[in-house]
Amino acid sequence: MSAFNAIGDEREIDRDEFTPGLEPQPTWCPGCGDFGVLKALKQALPEVGLTPEEVLTVTGIGCSGKLNSYLDTYGFHTIHGRSLPVARAAKLANDGLTVVAAGGDGDGYGIGGNHFMHTARENHDMTYIVFNNEVFGLTKGQTSPTSPKGHTSKTTPHGNAKSPIRPLSLALTSGATYIARTAAVNPNQAKEIIKEAIEHDGFAHIDFLTQCPTWNKDARQYVPYVDVQESDDYDFDIHDRKEAQEMMFETENALYEGTVLTGRYFVDERPSYQQQKKELGEMPEEPLAERYFDDDAEWERSYDLLERHK
Amino acid sequence: MSDHELIWRIAGGSGDGIDSTSQNFAKALMRSGLDVFTHRHYPSRIRGGHTYVEIRAAGHKVQSRGDGYNFLLALGDSFARNPKEGAYYGNEEIKPLSENLDELNEGGIIVYDSGLLSEDDVESLNLEERAEENDWHVFDIDLRSMAKEHGREVMRNTAGVGVTAALLEMDLEHIEDLMRDAMPEKILEPNLEILHDAYDMVTEEYDFEHDLRIPEGDHEDEQALLSGSNAIAYGAIDSGCRFIAGYPMTPWTDVFTIMSQNLPDMGGISEQVEDEIAAAALAVGASHAGVKAMSGSSGGGFALMSEPLGLAEMTETPIVLLESMRAGPSTGMPTKPEQGDLEFTLYTSQGDSARVVFAPANIEEAYEQTRLAFHIAYEYQIPTIIIYDQKLSGENENVPVSFLDREPDPSLGSTLTEDELEDLPHDESGKFHRFQHDVENGVSPRSLPGQKGGRFLATGNEHTPAGHISEDPDNRVFQMDRRLEKLEAIRTELDEEHDSNQTYAGDESADFGIITWGSAQGAVLEATERLNDQGHSVKAVGVSDMMPFPEAELTEFIESVDQAMVVEMNATAQFRGLIQKELGRYGEKLTSLLKYNGNPFEPADVVEGYELNVDGSDAEPDAQVRIEPAAGD
Repeated sequence: MSAFNAIGDEREIDRDEFTPGLEPQPTWCPGCGDFGVLKALKQALPEVGLTPEEVLTVTGIGCSGKLNSYLDTYGFHTIHGRSLPVARAAKLANDGLTVVAAGGDGDGYGIGGNHFMHTARENHDMTYIVFNNEVFGLTKGQTSPTSPKGHTSKTTPHGNAKSPIRPLSLALTSGATYIARTAAVNPNQAKEIIKEAIEHDGFAHIDFLTQCPTWNKDARQYVPYVDVQESDDYDFDIHDRKEAQEMMFETENALYEGTVLTGRYFVDERPSYQQQKKELGEMPEEPLAERYFDDDAEWERSYDLLERHK
Repeated sequence: MSDHELIWRIAGGSGDGIDSTSQNFAKALMRSGLDVFTHRHYPSRIRGGHTYVEIRAAGHKVQSRGDGYNFLLALGDSFARNPKEGAYYGNEEIKPLSENLDELNEGGIIVYDSGLLSEDDVESLNLEERAEENDWHVFDIDLRSMAKEHGREVMRNTAGVGVTAALLEMDLEHIEDLMRDAMPEKILEPNLEILHDAYDMVTEEYDFEHDLRIPEGDHEDEQALLSGSNAIAYGAIDSGCRFIAGYPMTPWTDVFTIMSQNLPDMGGISEQVEDEIAAAALAVGASHAGVKAMSGSSGGGFALMSEPLGLAEMTETPIVLLESMRAGPSTGMPTKPEQGDLEFTLYTSQGDSARVVFAPANIEEAYEQTRLAFHIAYEYQIPTIIIYDQKLSGENENVPVSFLDREPDPSLGSTLTEDELEDLPHDESGKFHRFQHDVENGVSPRSLPGQKGGRFLATGNEHTPAGHISEDPDNRVFQMDRRLEKLEAIRTELDEEHDSNQTYAGDESADFGIITWGSAQGAVLEATERLNDQGHSVKAVGVSDMMPFPEAELTEFIESVDQAMVVEMNATAQFRGLIQKELGRYGEKLTSLLKYNGNPFEPADVVEGYELNVDGSDAEPDAQVRIEPAAGD
């Protein structure tokens, strides 16, 4: 018997299983975009055939970090900006798990920016959802790395002098192999993108636009979106790095100019980090964590290494 | 110093092969039946700069570098040929000779490479005069030409070893064997020729009057030469650790590289990551998913780990972290030892700490306490930290091979199987109570992601039994008390189920005590022995448990003496402060002997500290050590 019987469970899953009865009511404000992510995720996970117990959701801090408090999978609510290193290691330790990491724009692009760059570069097999509402929410409305230039808040009373981060371009240049943007006001697209991201073998980055009705009423995320895949105006090859980059550039400018473009931007078949590690003999074929429950496993010991010290 | 020991110092420039040469020579001495202890001194640069390795060898147990040394092989710094007059780095070929004379003992031997060092430079040292004063035996030998004749200049190391063996009347057998093992065919032959030429030349051409010869010794069991970093890495491997994440930083890098070179072949994983925050967070993530994991760093890198360390405490995720101290603050002296991070390691991270800190003192303790650290971490779901230093990281000692013949331990401690999970509390929604209030020893067994029926939320926020974020005051008190209760349980286990983790020495009835911790212990134990041999009455304790503190043992020790001197390598008496904090008294009873110049204690420092304590403070301490009087003085 495997030590992780939930993994590979084939039974029909009801989405209610992801919503336990005794969960606390979300502390999110009425109208918060975070509800959109939660809903999309709850729909997507059973539709790709996952049970709650084979999923590990790893979150950072902030309103977004509470995602897994309201979603009944195995969860790890970490610390500000650090969801990715925790998530990466969990996946390396047990690659039977489906790992979804999530955080906010401050969490993911600010304090966790370095981890974002490196996790994308290494192409870890996981999904990373960044709740992008262009503002720090839980600390009450300060300017974030994605706030537009000129944005006024308590920390930028004269207007933000900095240009916003370009998350899609950053993911692309860092090496992510699945890059998309979707929006809470666009639930069906969001669900489909999450499904694809989870099924993608490699680092899938979703910049998820989530409106903040309390602290960022000016953000463009409320305006009707345009799906770049469905619009004839935006024709590009999703597998072509250069074309994707141009589209991202247009999209990232448009966001602050009044048009919200969403959809998939880049998909690449570069082998995942886990796959490459295995090919190099740097990672076992079977999930490492299983080994501790295998009575027949042979545990090599340091005694065998002593020859060189004699 | 006993007459029957050799302390051989090989000095040269970084990159001149000092390290590898000394490693082989130390092994040769070990194979000839001697106990060895090595000490490495090196600058923070890759090539050039004065570096030395000291090997102390004797027919009896050696626990420290010893006092001074009695054989200098000064090779010169081949990278220091800087034509620029007065350059800060460079123009210092002579340093391996000039910098090492002060600590050379009376009657000692000097071999220097007259082929590399200019006559003018040597003359400027007044070597003849000093040799006469100190009864030194000086041999100027052109090692460089000897090496060039058969091979390449860099092989003058080998010539130096040949000369050493000849002067000590040491058999070449073990040295040759080791060279055969270590060297590729192409360079082996010329090296063997150089070795023999040098040996024969000295034997045939020199009459020598010095008394120093290779000491005699015998080992009952086969020995292995291990560094502290080897011992920690092997302790981790034998503990079932199969995941390490890290970022390179001296001196922690040694353990990291040893693990990286071995783990993948054992079915484990090693990850070099973007920074130390990530490194410790990876250890947390891997352990959460069910693998025994470790990470570590040195001072500045460990500072970055304070966040994930606190996360591990709050989520009760077992991890083992290493803190290999070097001299700080900030970048400090990257390649020099100091015990200045004790307080930092004990209290890093916000909130009330629930962590365990062990401080091994030597190679055997490094191995044993690493195993203990993994056992405690996984049994009690608590981060454990092994605090050690640059000295223990890099020093080498021989241990019996059988010492490491310990069974691997793949147990995940208080982790549940799926069958066990079924019987444990779940709430009405079916959610597993991962963090129960009322459990024995404060330990609430954990499930692993992927297990059926074990779903829970781990969170760095305060949380309910099922893992929901909670600010409920009663729950807060229950959870905090439970986490802290583990420390008491661990203290009880250490006191009752394990032999004391502390090391005792000396005369039990003595009324003067010496207290030390970590790698300062070796010098303290030797000094204690020496003082007792000289007719004084002294006893010593080397403390390994920093947290939870061995309150009963230390109280008993301090109560049994009139005065105690705390010996440690830092300027602010951090360990003495810890004792006074933990025991709540003894301010008037404890003095400190402090050394923080970048060099480890020698037994003579400790003897001097004792004399200053006993004879009163009229005498001026050596500039290298400092006496900190008891409170109220």
